[in-house]
Amino acid sequence: MTSAAVTAAGRGLCSCHACGLVSRLPSRAHEGHCPRCDAVIHFRKPNSIARTWALLIAAIILYIPANVLPITITRSLFGVQSDTIMSGVAYFWASGSYDLAIIIFTASIFVPLAKLLALSFLTVSVQLRSRWEPLQRAKLYRMVEFIGKWSMLDIFVVALLATLVDFSSLAAIAAGPAAIAFGAVVVITMFAAMAFDPRLLWDAVGEEEPKVNAHG
Amino acid sequence: MSSPRLIACHECDALQRRVSLDPGRRARCVRCGAVLYRRSKGTLDDTFAWTLAAAVLLIVANAFPVVSLEIQGQQTDATLFGAARALHGQGMTAVAALVLATLVIAPALELGALLYLIAPLRSGRVAAGFGVLFRLVHTLRSWQMFEVFMLGIFVSVVKLSHLASVVPGLGLWAFFGLMFASVAAAASYNEQEIWDHVEGIRRGGSLDNATAGAMQ
Repeated sequence: MTSAAVTAAGRGLCSCHACGLVSRLPSRAHEGHCPRCDAVIHFRKPNSIARTWALLIAAIILYIPANVLPITITRSLFGVQSDTIMSGVAYFWASGSYDLAIIIFTASIFVPLAKLLALSFLTVSVQLRSRWEPLQRAKLYRMVEFIGKWSMLDIFVVALLATLVDFSSLAAIAAGPAAIAFGAVVVITMFAAMAFDPRLLWDAVGEEEPKVNAHG
Repeated sequence: MSSPRLIACHECDALQRRVSLDPGRRARCVRCGAVLYRRSKGTLDDTFAWTLAAAVLLIVANAFPVVSLEIQGQQTDATLFGAARALHGQGMTAVAALVLATLVIAPALELGALLYLIAPLRSGRVAAGFGVLFRLVHTLRSWQMFEVFMLGIFVSVVKLSHLASVVPGLGLWAFFGLMFASVAAAASYNEQEIWDHVEGIRRGGSLDNATAGAMQ
């Protein structure tokens, strides 16, 4: 398997991201409309690198309050207790629920951080026009896309806890400010993964010499 | 100008010729291994049936509590709208919106649009606004979070089980069914085959459509 290949863009062809139809854009045009489903089509996602960075930086900044501020605030007969994401993990670990501790740690701490690091690495590698292991980097991108939504786990848990534990006299759980920051991290990193164009990983690898003149 | 016989990998842009597949098989990119397209086992009727089932289950899942909590005779129920109201009441409107958007609004729009597109297609008609709604379904697909929510329910139940009795509600079973119905709908739904249908109808029917003209 060779890394170089004939690409659609190299032939002046553009594939629709929505319906997959390959069509020819008017010469020297950078965008057009898919003749079949009318989606706006581009050879590459426009300003992919700048948009990915903008979203990544926003997510990196929000990752800090998401982990430092309390995500749940529990009021009970014994007082008020604030929990961060990490203290929630620690609670499960200490109470012997190792499996749940690992699930929450993975979904809430490891996955968002891994996504931020992986997307930053991929974006830098595109900016450096790296030719290193495009297949491995493509697989890394696929993984980032796949795991993204699982970080919503903590948001759903907080939503359920805040709704269910509402016994005014005994105990009540409220969502803390970290819930907003964390939700934003999850959504923004999903948008960052969508803004990144994986085809850029392969563009630096280059195109095979055309065997036939495919003009027209 | 467009060519339905060619396909460009959506991840690396390698231009390849389409081959016909046996039902249930998928075609992978020769360069990066991404799934280019697949041939579904189901028919339009299967997709329609599963989507309709999912739509009914979505209504049930939202109308009834997912779980209830009971402490000393007091009971609280968690429906999704209840969760959104509770979060909104705690000043977490953004989180409430995120929960509603991912679990109610996005799936409702997706299933509704899919039914609107597929029902006429079964009787050989292409619904008005097909392209726009097709793209909507395509976009909403990546925000499908039922399985994450199921895990969230599980984590919440374990977290609360030591301090109160947790009662699963009808909504929980509906969500469980919804998870399977939407996977089955997605497995029988294939964007390429949908467009093959549309093109067949457009070619066979009136040729006043510019797209049909371009495809000849």
